[in-house]
Parts: sequence; structure tokens; C-alpha cells
Amino acid sequence: MLRIFRGTGLSHRFAQERGAHVSPQPLESLRGFGVTFKQIFHKPITQQYPEYKRPVYPRFRGRHRLHRHQNGLEKCVGCSLCAAACPADCIRVVAEENTPDNRVSPGERYARIYEINMSRCIFCGYCELACPFDAITLGNEFELSEYSRDDLIYTKDMLLAEPIKKVPVADRDLYDTPIPYYKEHS
Amino acid sequence: MSEPWWISAIKAFLIINLLLGMFAYMTWVERKVLGRMQLRYGPNRTGPFGLLQPIADLVKLIRKESFFPASAVDVLYIAAPVLSAFTALAAFSVIPFGAGWHIWKWDVSGVVVDVPISLVLLFALSSLGIYGFIVGGWASHSKYALLGSMRTCAQMVSYEVSLTFAVLGVVIMGHSLSLVDIVRTQHDTIWFIAPQFVGFLVFFIGGIAETNRPPFDLPEADTELVAGYHTEYSGMRFGLFQMGEYVNMITLSALSVTLFFGGWYGPWAPLGPLWFLIKLLLIIFVFMWIRATLPRLRYDQLMRFGWKVLLPVATINALVTAACVVAF
Repeated sequence: MLRIFRGTGLSHRFAQERGAHVSPQPLESLRGFGVTFKQIFHKPITQQYPEYKRPVYPRFRGRHRLHRHQNGLEKCVGCSLCAAACPADCIRVVAEENTPDNRVSPGERYARIYEINMSRCIFCGYCELACPFDAITLGNEFELSEYSRDDLIYTKDMLLAEPIKKVPVADRDLYDTPIPYYKEHS
Repeated sequence: MSEPWWISAIKAFLIINLLLGMFAYMTWVERKVLGRMQLRYGPNRTGPFGLLQPIADLVKLIRKESFFPASAVDVLYIAAPVLSAFTALAAFSVIPFGAGWHIWKWDVSGVVVDVPISLVLLFALSSLGIYGFIVGGWASHSKYALLGSMRTCAQMVSYEVSLTFAVLGVVIMGHSLSLVDIVRTQHDTIWFIAPQFVGFLVFFIGGIAETNRPPFDLPEADTELVAGYHTEYSGMRFGLFQMGEYVNMITLSALSVTLFFGGWYGPWAPLGPLWFLIKLLLIIFVFMWIRATLPRLRYDQLMRFGWKVLLPVATINALVTAACVVAF
């Protein structure tokens, strides 16, 4: 027979007298008054958000960004792997062939429409994991509120542009690992 | 001391407005004190130090739709918060706040109405106000509200007995049921907190239970009962309930100042109503302090404590006081 020994601490006593009378502890309660009173003279630990923005971790997953190559071509080739990987089904990609007089990306095709529905996105980062060209990454921006749901559907132009709102980011050297673990083994 | 009726009317008007202002700013003070005790700031967005918060709350409550449950008992549902707020405000009328003044050719007493049985009147009014809570919860035809009402019934009945018994000692020592006389007696002899310390403890604990304050806030235990008896209330009807509750708390603090801490008399400088106000605010602070510190009692603990501890202690206190008064 297996017997589990519990400690002789408070939990044990409560287990023994479950529902039974637990003796009142007036002195301990009075000490509690001292504890609450002392807190008045401490500085509150609240961070006053809109005035003070706490730095996010360098790999905090926020608003998406689409990237370009250095020669100006878009990295995205419209393969829709991100849309396939997305668990929230919030990415919509419509690809089109590159033509010599309209070359948008270095590959065969490019994304004519690239939309992310931010009201559905769960910021899991699977899209950047799935992308073979590192065309989409998750940035650090998290202030994404809008007054209308329609405004939360981010188009390709919005994702390609540099975000306007800047977010303080904590010291990268303190937190960031040089190579993400998933790229290390691929 | 006779004064024309219109002086009483003016005093009543002033006192009611002061009470309402105090109620509004007590919500602010309470949120600030609780916040600081929990290492938070409390309201600090509306105006300097969040001082406009009560006004913002008021505007919000007034503009909000007064929701009416389809199956509620309409007359009672509407009358309940009115009853609670009215009795709470009316009960304060017998609390003396000053020694009385002589202004031009009239004598102005320091109390709205000076009746010889003011203590009984006060308890009668505050008991009537409880009907508002009970009936309101029942009339809104909701399970949570009904549970809140049932708890109100049980708790109020249990603790009102102890509350009244605790006051008995003061009545015996003061030889009077008039609050003005009790204060005068205290001024001539000694503040009743010294000889009646046990009575004060019982009175204060019973008072916390009577005003539904934590740790006795079972009638509106928000973690169990949504909001207790006022679950189905919104808008200014809810505001009236809240008003009744806070004004009850002010009245009870004022009553303990009157009965145990020498009313408007201070230890030195004759400041009159200012002394009364200082003592009142201190006791209200203790109310908030208790709220920040103690967790809510379980229902059976509440009942056991009320009937098996508080009531015997209050009874013995009254008996011993009576014996001492007769003996000496």
C-alpha cells in the first residue's frame, strides 16, 4: 500500500480538519494590519503606462514587417507558406508572375496582395518560421489598437513600410541569443 | 432650546449636501488608501491626484441606462434603493456635531433634530434601510441577488442584536438615550472608550457587519455572488445603493465618535465640529484599513462569530456595566 506522507505544515492541518473549526489567530491578524499600514509609505510599483513604456524583450513578437533585399526587391516570393503555417488563418497571399518589365521580387512570382488580419493574429511567429526567405518577421511594436476592425487588416504597403510607432527595446546583448534555436538545427 | 423650523431646514439641507459630498469623496479616498496599501496609485488620471474621479463616476452613473429586469417586481425594484438612500441620509439627522451656537438672535443647536430618544430613532432608521437591501435583492428576481438578500437578512439580524447590546453599556453609563446628553456626560466625566472598551470593540465589529464592509461583506461578496443584492441594478439606482451603504458607514463612524470618543469635544482646543470631523475621518480610515487587511469570512464563521462570541460578550458587558453603575 502506498502511503503519501504530508508535511506537518498548515496544509496538513487543514487536510485533517477540513470543514472543522480552524482556531482564530487574532495576533497574526493584528500583524497583518501592520503589514498593510507599512505599504502606504512605500512607493507604488505601478508603471504609468502611456507615459512610461517598459522596454520589451528584443525577441518580443509584435507587429509584422515585410522586408526588402538591399537592391530594393521584395524578399517575399508569394509562396503562401506563411499562410499555410498560420494557425489563426489570418494571412492572405495572392501571388502573380514576375515579368521583365515588372520585377518585384527575385523569384518567379511575387505577392500581389499580402494582407494580415491583425484582429485574428495570435503573434505565434509561425509565419516567420515558415518563410524560406526571411521575408516576414515579427517586430517589437505592440500598440496596435484601432477604432475600426477594417483598419486592423494590414496591407502589403503597411507591412513593408517602417512602423511609425517606436517601442523601447531592452538591451539586445542582455537577452538575445545569437542564433535562434530553430535556425540552429535547420 | 427652541429654534424656528427654517433653521432646522437649513441645517438639514447643509448636512445632506455635506454628507453627499463626503460620500463622493470617500469613494475617492477609499480607492486611494486601498491602492496605496496594495502598492498601487489608485485613481490618478482624472484631474490632479484623480480628484475629479467621483464626478466622473457620477456622470457615468447618471448617463448609464437604468436596466430593468423583465421579471422584476417593478414597484419594489424601484423603491428599494430609494428607501436605502433615504433612511441612510435621515439617520444622520440625530447625530450631534457641535455644541450649538448663538447666531444673531437665534439659538442654533449642533444637531438637526434633538429628540430625547435619538439613539433608538437612529437604530430604527438604519434597520429600516436594511429592508431596502433585502427587498431590492428579492424584487430583482435573480438568483445571485436573492442569495445576497438572504445573506443580508441573516447577517443583519445576527449583528444588529450585538450592536444594540453593545450600545446598552453606554446608555446605562450616560443615563440617557439622547446623543447630545451622552456627549455632554462624556465631556463631564470621561470618554466612554475607556470604561466601555469591550463595548466599543463589539460595537465596531457589529458596525462593520451592519454596513456590509469587508471582512463581513457577504451580502455582496463579489467573488461569489457577482454583486450580491444589487447585481441587477445599474445606473443611478445602483448609485443610490452605493450611496446608502457609504452614508451608513459615515453615520456609524459618527455614532461611534458620539458614543465613545466624546463627540464634538476634543482633548484640548475647542474646535467643535472640526474635532468631530477629525475623529470621524480617523474612524473611516480604520474602516478602509480593515478592508485592505482582512479576508472575507465564510458564512458559517460569520454566524458562529456573531452568535457565539459577539452576543455573549456584548451581553456580559451590558450586565457588568449595569452592575457597576448600580454598585457605585
